[in-house]
Amino acid sequence: MLEWLQMEQWSPYAVGIGIGILSWFSFLVSDKHLSCSTAIARTSGMAEKLFRGKKVETKEYYKKFPPKVQWDWMLLVGVLIGAFLSTLLSGSFELRWVPSLWAATFGTAPLPHLAVAFIGGIFMGFASRWANGCTSGHGISGTLQLAVSSWISVIFFFVGGIAAAMLIYYVFGG
Amino acid sequence: MLTNLHSKKGVQLVLGLFTGIIFGFLLQKGGVTEYDIILKQLLLRDFTVLKIMLTAVVTGMIGVYFLKGLGLAKLHPKAGSVGMNVIGGLLFGVGFATLGLCPGTAMGAVGSGYMDALFGGMLGMVVGAGIFAAIYPKISKTILQKGYFGDITFPELLKLNPWILVIIFSALIILILYLLEKAGL
Repeated sequence: MLEWLQMEQWSPYAVGIGIGILSWFSFLVSDKHLSCSTAIARTSGMAEKLFRGKKVETKEYYKKFPPKVQWDWMLLVGVLIGAFLSTLLSGSFELRWVPSLWAATFGTAPLPHLAVAFIGGIFMGFASRWANGCTSGHGISGTLQLAVSSWISVIFFFVGGIAAAMLIYYVFGG
Repeated sequence: MLTNLHSKKGVQLVLGLFTGIIFGFLLQKGGVTEYDIILKQLLLRDFTVLKIMLTAVVTGMIGVYFLKGLGLAKLHPKAGSVGMNVIGGLLFGVGFATLGLCPGTAMGAVGSGYMDALFGGMLGMVVGAGIFAAIYPKISKTILQKGYFGDITFPELLKLNPWILVIIFSALIILILYLLEKAGL
């Protein structure tokens, strides 16, 4: 058992089955599905509240998604802890600034990558709210419910993603 | 349904945290908290992301429809529209390739020590979500409503017994996974 927990990587099928079973439990015990981007929107509202006070809660979008700690927010905190535990057990935890694929193409300087990641993050935060879900909420949880909105979303996540990745690596990086 | 348990707020926060810990653990063990693995998927060099997602969907779909049949779960499909899901999906794709992570896997990347995912990715996402909240009143009744179709599921759309579609979707997904393995991807 311990040996298995200490492995650096598991088969994608084992991981997929695990996430599938985890989603049964979230439906059963919490009446919720796995999702991550709603919590990001709540965090954004909480940050805004620090500067602008309680009136942030009257914004139309935050009436829909109140900037408060809820199930989905705790889930995202859990993801941080879970990933940390996983790398701790496998001994692969390490503070890093630049992923190796990026470094091999665009160099090892942290700042350019950080700037690009920040821009990517803005797109991601903006678009996951525009599409009303992310790779978890639409890509796994919505598709498994056979929701039409989620299947359309996930197809366009990959259409846009493949096009943009090829542009970044084969045009700018080539 | 365990409605009594669902209404206990404090317990639910703990359950959310617990669910997240397992989710993050699995994402990290799957390798999808790595920028490299996500970018290689989008460059079609490595299919780990797709394998994990499709396996999770088959497993989850069968179990969740089973729970629904027993009256132990209810579905909550999201409402959608062409404006939301097509335009939002394409923009999401641009972010997916540029950041090389998505909201959940970025948080997992932070947990595995990637500081770029924290000071670049997570920070950017919070800013991006804030920008969306700011413009939301301007687009909520216009572009987001274009081609609105609501919170419909495929069994409702096609007026079929859900199990027929669960079987068809499962068979197709397993076929795709088989072909990926056969092609050595």
